[in-house]
Amino acid sequence: MRRGGAWLPREAEVAERVEESPGIVTLRLRLTDPEARRQYGFQPGQFNMLGVFGVGEVAISISSDPGDPERIGHTIRRVGRVTNPLVALDEGDRLGLRGPFGRGWPLDRSEGRDVLVVTGGLGCAPVVSVIEYIMARRSRFGRLTILQGVKHGADLIWRPRYEAWARDPDTEVGLAADVPGENWPGHVGLVTELFDRVRLRPGRTAVMMCGPEPMMRAGARELVARGFPADDLWLSLERNHHCGNGRCGHCQLGPYFVCHDGPVFAYSQVGSLLAIPGL
Amino acid sequence: MADRFLPRDRFPALVEALRDAGYRCLGPRVREGAIVMEEVERAADLCFGLRDRQAPGSYRLEEGTGRHFAWANGPTALKPLTFVPRETLWRARREGGGLRFEAPEPEVGPLAVIGARACDLAGLALQDRHFLEGEPDPFYKARRERLFLVAVNCTHPADTCFCASTGDGPRAEHSFDLVLSELDEGFLVAAGGPAGADILAALPTEEAGEERNRRADAEIEAAAQAQKRSLPSRNLRDFLFGRQEHPRWEEVAERCLSCGNCTNVCPTCFCHSQETVPDLEGEVSDQVRQWDSCFTSGHSYIHGIVVRATTANRYRQWLTHKLGGWHDQFGRSGCVGCGRCITWCPTGIDLTEEVAALGEEPGGA
Repeated sequence: MRRGGAWLPREAEVAERVEESPGIVTLRLRLTDPEARRQYGFQPGQFNMLGVFGVGEVAISISSDPGDPERIGHTIRRVGRVTNPLVALDEGDRLGLRGPFGRGWPLDRSEGRDVLVVTGGLGCAPVVSVIEYIMARRSRFGRLTILQGVKHGADLIWRPRYEAWARDPDTEVGLAADVPGENWPGHVGLVTELFDRVRLRPGRTAVMMCGPEPMMRAGARELVARGFPADDLWLSLERNHHCGNGRCGHCQLGPYFVCHDGPVFAYSQVGSLLAIPGL
Repeated sequence: MADRFLPRDRFPALVEALRDAGYRCLGPRVREGAIVMEEVERAADLCFGLRDRQAPGSYRLEEGTGRHFAWANGPTALKPLTFVPRETLWRARREGGGLRFEAPEPEVGPLAVIGARACDLAGLALQDRHFLEGEPDPFYKARRERLFLVAVNCTHPADTCFCASTGDGPRAEHSFDLVLSELDEGFLVAAGGPAGADILAALPTEEAGEERNRRADAEIEAAAQAQKRSLPSRNLRDFLFGRQEHPRWEEVAERCLSCGNCTNVCPTCFCHSQETVPDLEGEVSDQVRQWDSCFTSGHSYIHGIVVRATTANRYRQWLTHKLGGWHDQFGRSGCVGCGRCITWCPTGIDLTEEVAALGEEPGGA
């Protein structure tokens, strides 16, 4: 019998590799063991530990539709020691996968409500699975508003998807770039400035945010000022992860282990903690 | 079960009985000027007649009374025996174009530890909760289950001890198989479970008598009274979380070397990192975990950013977690009052003093 659980990786192969933009790659992974594949399931917002042989592991959120757990999508920016060789893997290459870990987005308690998605940069990746989830169950949710900010217009990935979502009834899409570049279709400025341009319904909306912490802090503060209860704002946080199951201690934020108490938290839980530098 | 009495001249029977029952034995021995837990084959291997003098940043051994356990504690608690400083979690092998992941079996056999103190047992109980609740850590679990613990009630606290204030000592009250109270003429012995009762039955003990029990109790009570340091017994969570921006963090950072000694000697600190160690041929790669410390820059590193960039951030993380966040995570403080972080701090930082200073209003008297 196979020993081990959360701490022992399973073998996965790269089923598909998509170059999203210079430096950003999506790997769709397939567990090679049929039994492991059958058992695997995840919630939008959860993450896996992906391991490159001989190099190390890194926490990457799952960006694909939970309805298809046999092809597990991870959208990865090439930034460091592990992500460099990770995004260099080719289709058919093997790697280690542990997970899924953490608590995802509060989809059950968001049913029947409007959903506002506010993301910055590659923060869009952990929320894409939520958007796909809602799109596949559209009648269970109210208005869907998707706001995505990037530093530079050229950083925007998945532009065709945003355009397709924008055509969906009851769905509004807003894009913002600090530096627009050529043919930028959206707002020039901060993503939070889009709050003025869309219809917001405080008290009837679940807000899901992911991106750089300063952007989430600013966004959450702004929405609270507009009457959104702190319990309705959900943030996906990023910390250092080594184990994924609350043992190694690296991902602590105040009383929380981000890997199993999060990575998705209500703003009411973490707002005061995020306000303190160096915590 | 009532305490039994083991006269001093029959004390060697304890190690003999444990070895006869198949246990490897660890006990206090002197190594490089400090008492540490090392392998013993006979009672004569145990240190004897020593006293420790501990102070902030200082640990010295000197001649003491004619007893085995008339000292408080050394730098190692039980932690390295269950949560080992470095071990391989799994091994990956390249195999026919694929990867195979396998877990090593921890090499463990029955192990008896003679001389565990109340603070050590309290630390172990907390580590049990961290590593065994939920999906148990298989390495910790295997090492934990083979332990036979001979506790000793403390009668000679160090100046750095404050277990009486945290409620964890000086009397050992749980998690042991046998417990000893040392008197000049011998030991009171009691069992804490069936495994302990078996060993106790094999010892040449006699009736303890009320007078000896009274004397042993009085020595433990005196040890509690003699402690010079203390932490407030109340839950400090809100107190500390409400002082995240107190100037004392900057002040203590001027003295803190961010070296991690405190987290290494702490019986409850559990942080560890994982490291991937490939062999030279590139065919096999081990995933190794080793003790880490919230005082390192790597601890809070994430894609080019060190979240806790300063020593003040890191000391605050350690103290607010130890005495605050633990209440949320484990239902109690993470400090058991052993005082090791005070003794083994190269600059003698004293957490009891830091807590007191945080209670003072910034800029106040």
